[in-house]
This record gives sequence, C-alpha cells and structure tokens, in this order.
Amino acid sequence: MTADPRAADGRTVLPLDPSLAPPGTRGFRDAGGIPADQWHADQNGETLVPTHCCFCGVQCGMYLRVDRGGKVFGVEPRNHDINRMRLCPKGINAYQQVNHPDRLTAPLMRRSRDEELREVSWDEALDFTVSEIRRIQQEHGRDAFGVLGGASLFSEKTYLVGKFARVALKTRHVDYNGRLCMVSAAGANKLAFNIDRAGNPFSDILLTDCLLLAGANVGECFPVLTQYVWGARDRGATLIVVDPRETAVARTADIHVALKSGTDSAFFNAVLHVVVEEGLTDEAYLADHVTGWEEVKANVAQYPPSRAAEICGIPAEQVVQVARAFARAPKAMAFHARGIEHHTQGVENCLSVINLCAATGHIGKPGAGYGTLTGQGNGQGGREHGQKADLLPGGRSILNEEHRRQICEIWGIEESELPAAGTSMMEMVWQMQRREIRGLIGICNNPFVSLPNYAVVKEGYDTTEFHAQFDFFLSETAANAHVVFPVTIWAEDEGVMANAEARVVKHNKAQEPPAGVRTDTWVMCELARRLGAGEKFAFDGSREVFDELRRASAGTIIDYSGITYERLEETGGIAWPCPSTDHPGTPRLFEDGRTYHADGKIHMQVVEWHPPADPYDDAHPMTLTTGRTVAHFLSGNQTRRLGALVEQTPRPWAEVHPSHGFRNGEPVRVVTRRGSEVFPALVTEAIRPDTVFIPYHWPVPTAANALTIDALDPRSKIPEYKVCACRIEHAGAIDEVPAPPVAPGHVAYPETQVSRTDPLPPTAPQGRGTSERS
Amino acid sequence: MMGRTMFIDPGRCIGCQACVSACRECDSHRGKSMIHLDYTDEGSSVASLPTVCMHCEDPVAPCAEVCPADAILVTADGVVQQADTTRCIGCANCVNACPFGVPKIDLQAKLQMKCNLCYDRTAYGLAPMCATVCPTGALFYGTVEELQAERPGVQVADTFVFGESEVRTGVAMVVPAERVQWPVPGGLPVVEINGKDVRR
Repeated sequence: MTADPRAADGRTVLPLDPSLAPPGTRGFRDAGGIPADQWHADQNGETLVPTHCCFCGVQCGMYLRVDRGGKVFGVEPRNHDINRMRLCPKGINAYQQVNHPDRLTAPLMRRSRDEELREVSWDEALDFTVSEIRRIQQEHGRDAFGVLGGASLFSEKTYLVGKFARVALKTRHVDYNGRLCMVSAAGANKLAFNIDRAGNPFSDILLTDCLLLAGANVGECFPVLTQYVWGARDRGATLIVVDPRETAVARTADIHVALKSGTDSAFFNAVLHVVVEEGLTDEAYLADHVTGWEEVKANVAQYPPSRAAEICGIPAEQVVQVARAFARAPKAMAFHARGIEHHTQGVENCLSVINLCAATGHIGKPGAGYGTLTGQGNGQGGREHGQKADLLPGGRSILNEEHRRQICEIWGIEESELPAAGTSMMEMVWQMQRREIRGLIGICNNPFVSLPNYAVVKEGYDTTEFHAQFDFFLSETAANAHVVFPVTIWAEDEGVMANAEARVVKHNKAQEPPAGVRTDTWVMCELARRLGAGEKFAFDGSREVFDELRRASAGTIIDYSGITYERLEETGGIAWPCPSTDHPGTPRLFEDGRTYHADGKIHMQVVEWHPPADPYDDAHPMTLTTGRTVAHFLSGNQTRRLGALVEQTPRPWAEVHPSHGFRNGEPVRVVTRRGSEVFPALVTEAIRPDTVFIPYHWPVPTAANALTIDALDPRSKIPEYKVCACRIEHAGAIDEVPAPPVAPGHVAYPETQVSRTDPLPPTAPQGRGTSERS
Repeated sequence: MMGRTMFIDPGRCIGCQACVSACRECDSHRGKSMIHLDYTDEGSSVASLPTVCMHCEDPVAPCAEVCPADAILVTADGVVQQADTTRCIGCANCVNACPFGVPKIDLQAKLQMKCNLCYDRTAYGLAPMCATVCPTGALFYGTVEELQAERPGVQVADTFVFGESEVRTGVAMVVPAERVQWPVPGGLPVVEINGKDVRR
C-alpha cells in the first residue's frame, strides 16, 4: 500500500490501510468506511472518495461510493470534524445527481428565442457566443455585457468568473447569486470588524452557555448543525430562538420570540436597552475594544421593551428575558441567517446583533462570538475572490487604487484596463429591462426561481439580445438562454469551498464527466482564448487556478496563500486567514482582542428600525414570508429531480394559522401587489396569525418569488424576501391548485427488486437468521 | 437490553427525514425505507419522531411468534430480522401482531419488509445507517453508558404497556427525567413538549 491517495486516473481514493485513515479517526472503519473486500461480494472493488456535500454552507464531509466502472453509485458517511458522520436528506441523496438522466451532455443553442434549443457542437456554441459578445460590445460598449456567477461553484471558479468578466470581457458588470444569500451579514461584519466572516467555529457552540439563533431555521436549512445546538443544550446552555415560526429548534427553545417579520432591529435594540438599564454591559470590554458605544447607547434608549412589544407583536417580558439570559451568561453566542438578512434593513439587523454581542463582551472567546449561517455551499468563499460587483480577489476593493494596482500586476494588465465597480444582481436585471445590459452569461444560478418579483426577472431576461448559461441540468433560466453549456457537476472536478466557519475544505473528483461535458474552468478559459485573452487564461485545471488565487490573496485579510490542496487533504480544512504554509489557520477571530480595523476596535453602528418596503393596507394586511424546506435546495434545479426528495416534499404550500378558518389542504390564494397564486393550506399553530409562509424552491405557477418584492437593502443590495404585504383568500375547489411543477426528469430511486429466488448472501454468518439482501 | 442498540430521542427530532433517506441506502433493502416519521401533534406543533423496529425481547418478537411460516428469525444478539423471502407467504399476521405498527407488506411482491437494524452493517461493527447520519442524534446507536456519557442525566425506557400486556424491547426510548413512568404507556413514551403532553 502506498501513501499516495491519488489513483492512477487522478481520482483521490481512500486508502484501505488503517494507518492512512483520515485524521481524528482510529482507523478506516471508524471513519465510516468499509474495506471493499469485506463489503458485499457484488460490490467488491468499490472505492470511497472523500469529499464534501455540494449543498449548504455546513459542508459536511462524505464519501462517494464509486464502482469498478468508475461511476458514482452511492454515499457513505464520513467522520469529518464538521459533521462527524451526520448527513441530512439532501446530502444523502446528492450523489443521485451525478449520473442523473437529465444531465446535459451536449451544448444547446438557438439563434433567436423563436427557435427551439437544439444540440450543437462545442465549436458552434462557442463561436456563436463569442460573436455575440463582440457584436454587443462593439455596438453598445463593453458594459453592455454582464456575467452572473454562483456561490455553489468552487472558489477557483468564482475567482475565474471575476477575472473572466474584467480581463476577457472587460466589463464592470459581474455579480453572483450570493447577493441573494448573506451579503447583509457580510456588510455588517465589514462595518463592525473589517473582516467578512463568522467569528467562531461551529465547535464553539458546544462551549457556550447561551445560544441565540436569530432568523435561522437550523433544523431545515442546516440540519447537521442541530447536533451542535443539542450538544449545547445537553450541557445546560440556554437556547433563544427569534423567528416568526415555531421551527423544530424553536419548539424546544427556552425562549422563542415569535416576532413579526421585518421587526428584528427594533427587537435587538430593545434587548440592548434592557442590558443597559439593568447594568449588564461589559464596561471594561467596551472601554478597551469598542468605538461608537455612546451613540449606540443613546439610540437604544429610544427602544424600551414596550416599544418593541408594539412593533414586534410580542410580550415585552420576552425582551427582558432575552436580555438577561444573553448578557448574564458567562459565554454567549449569536448566529443569524436569512431570516434577519433578507430585508431592506438586512445590514442594520445584523449590526443590531453585533451591537448586543459587543456591549456584553461576548466576542472572540471559546463559546462566545457571532456568526452567520451560509445558505450556499460556497456562500462564504464565493464572494472572497472577486466575483462580487465591488470586490477584487482577496476581498480587495475595486474602488481602492492600491488594491487595483496590486491585482493588475498579478493579472498582467494596465490599471486603466480594469473596469470600475458594477451593480448588484437584481440591479443588473433592471438594467436588462432598460436595455442597458444586452448580453449576459449566467454561471451556476437560476434567477427565474431565486430572484424576487418573477415578472420583472422574466421581462429582463426576455429583453436581452443574447443569453448564455452554464449548467448541468436545464434549469428554468437555462431554458430561456440562446446557448447552454453543459458543465461538470461537483463530483467531476476538484476544488475548494469555504464553509460558514470560513474553513476552506477540498472537494475531490470522484468520476470522469460524461462525454460532451466540460468543466466551467475549461469553458471560461476557452471563451477567453477565443476573445483574444488566452495568455491570461492558460489554466490546465483547478490546481493551477488555485495557485494563482493563493498568490492573488497573499497579504490581504482573506489570505489563502498558506493553504494548499495537500494541506487541506491532510487536515480536513483550514480557516483563513492563513498567510504561510506553516500557519495553522484562524478558526476563531479576535482572540487577541483586536479586530481588523486599523485601530483594532469594533466599530459599533447606530441602528434605527424602519418599516419594511412593502406597506400594509386594508387590502394587504398580512405578512408573506418565504424560506426553505429541508428536502430542497435553493431554486430546486438540483433537488426537484431526485425521487426521494420529491417524495418527501413534492410541492410548496402556504402555511397559515388556524384562526383564518382554512382546513388543512384547502386551496388558499395568496395575493400581493405583484400577483396572486394558489397553494394548498398547511394549517398550523406554529406560525403567527398575521403571517403566511411559502417555501420558495419551485417555479411558476407555484413560485413564492412571483409574489415577493424586488426592494433592496441600500447597502448590501439584498432583496427583501422575508417580508411583503399580502392577503389570503379562499380559492374554491381543490382542483384550482396548480399541479406541482416537478422537474420533468424526476426519477424514482433505483430500487432493488425483491425476489423470492434471491440466494442468501455468501457472507451471511451461520446461525444468524436471514440477513437477507436483495 | 442489548449491549449496543438503538435509542430514540423524540425531543431531538427535527423531522428532516435523513433517517428515511439513509434507510433507503442500506444495502439490505436498497431503495426501500423501513423507517417512517410520525408527527405527534400535527397542526399544533412540528414535533416528530422516527419509528423503527423496537426489536422486542419479552415476549420475544410478537411478529415472529405469530408467523405461520416461521419466516421471521431472531438472532442471538436480539435482532429481529425481516422475513426470510424464501419462507414469507405475505399473510400480514406480523403486521397485525406488532404493537408498534412496524412491519409492512410489499403487496406486489407479497413479502414482509421491516427494519433489521442494518444487519449488513452491524455485523461488521458499523452503526445502522439511520443512526449514523441522524443530524441531531434523535437516533443514537451504542450502549446506554455511551448515551449517558454524551447526554448527562438522560433517562431511557425499554418497557411499554399495551392494556394488560407488557412488552420489553431491545430498542429504547429517551424519556424526560422528571416524567419517567415504569413502564411507559403503549406505543409512545410520555413526552412533554413546551408544556404540552403529546398523549392527549
């Protein structure tokens, strides 16, 4: 047995020698693997490829089971630090995407939207794309072409998206779908700490005495993190959940604050008000480590619990309870997610939580700190290296002359050639409506389902003269395109992602892509070559891109220069900043009491609550809020095709309180100022009477985002998905509820046939009955 | 109670159905899940709990006792196996006999199917697939000492009453420490959630 885990075909396989088992495990079996020669006879020869789940920001470790033919056919739990063998239903079923019959295996093309998409050669698709890019940019300027990336891409690819837009296309218009995810938290973290990441690793949750979850439906969106929440509870931590719905975690919380959606900052200001009133602030910490406290203190004086009770629709006593529990705890942590970030005041909401942590001194210690839970697998890493409209690699600002000069030196271009800052994803769609952006390349995103106000999005895309999309399934957005490039799925390439802890993890290649499929890296480099920028894109795979990314991040706060593929494979993940190859990484921030501002202090910010963008009136008196369900991921393009997940949650619903008089399953029409749709009612006491909830993973005619508003936070430009005004109505007969838009390629699980003639397995131990295997 | 066994903790269940998906991955019945998820108080709460075979010890597996074809065998380590496909006649006696409502009949194949505690995995020292992946530890595989070391003060019950009958099981359920009653009333343990008793 050699120590090299790399097989001859380039795939990384788990060695069978127990001494080579992953770190932290006692042996191969402890790591969740089964020696191939002890598995069932018909599976002899399988290999287990260590990798991570493709879905959320937890980034659970898993093995993909690969058969003798080199095909992924199953999953096996892996004892990785992050998840310790746990997996959620999405993770368990993720492997079924890899060889799914819906995979795109040839480029699709049409010259106008009047035609059907047809299969063409790679040359024809690339040539047409390049000629359209040239035509649009020559006729309307370089900024008339835009690029929209995705935060499910490996970091190498997100780095390439930014470089491709600015160096090959020379356009300022590049942004990504992480704009819909956690940019509010990013904006708040930058303002307060000048570093855009969570402060603590997940494992700190186990050490805390008080855990505050604000707008974070951990049970459905980050199920594997629940083990940390329950672990904290086992050790006596107080659990506080702030959420308009009684989620699975809220159900067991010591304090569940079921506030009205869109009122979070009023609540947290009031909590801080009580902390001040009762003398629970950490004055020593405030004196040494904080700026802006006097202004914040004066502001929260305007938010007594009685005012929060009125704005938030909660008992005033809860404000006092939360303040005492959080401030008196020896160690307290606050985590938030889209529930407080998807707002026109998303940045302010996050700042109000940071203010609370800072005023109570709960920062930068084991079991004390803050964090945001990332929705997309690479939601953290996806914005670090230049895919975002205003950022260059390493989190450098595109507006900063010194930062621009540094990157131009690495890219080998003149500073005058580097475009200015672009606009955000939703703003780009508005520009498409106004014909300011006339051509678009979309990579790994599905705005037809995931952006708010579907009618505007559809009009924007329909207005474009040319639209190309990279995807491995024909998403709703890809179906609108002129060219669709069939690209690899996560298990067919290697690369890194940064999870919600800012821990960089390595994904490994488990199988060769199907014939006709290319990597996103190859397609971007080939387009760049045909556009005349080939020498700047001479990359042969992810490893070479990663090496340039490391160089481009060196010396910045988001420093990857000490992270190598080899180190990631040895350690199971390294948190940035990691400035040298002998640096252990930085799992916990601010342990020395200093932030990344020049003065080393937390810059507290005054937060003033203001009402949501969509006003309530007699015709729209209720709140519509949207979110996820555990079986599906984002726009559902991936999960709506997998039998087990479709079976688990085949369609969306409208969750309403019993006080409205609906029966379970009865059709309910939800009306907003953007339109109306009919859903089956899920009647439950677990939601506020003034609120309706719809999961958003489906396209029209049951798309929550046909109803939501495209109002943006002025700083982060995140849409206000979590609150808009609505009313609900009875919708007549049940057959008015439209058919669930299940993806056409939905396949049932490849079930093993049960047969009476199956022999007992050759490995069945004597006298142990029928360990029947069929 | 068996040495290493399954413990079910409804207070930790988030209803995610990872166990259901994982059970489909198990090689002894790949493609079919032998677990189902129950919602104990639907309409009022999101409370849920997974139902697995309880692997009855005393009386020994009612499903096996009533099987006219002797198709359900109990192994020396207490695992009640699913029906032997070469003997099962699909009569559903086991379905009627089980006090926990676990065995299911595949009507097409006329065969019984049920959880066999992932015998394909436990025989090699691995935990059952459902307990391995359960994101919350609502399903835990190990000894009661291992469980209590991880969760200080946890109380478990393995005896249930159904009318005048009492059943002791190989799989145990976690019950709130302050509400332990011996034996636990049939089917569901006493579980108080946010002050609500789910038996009502």
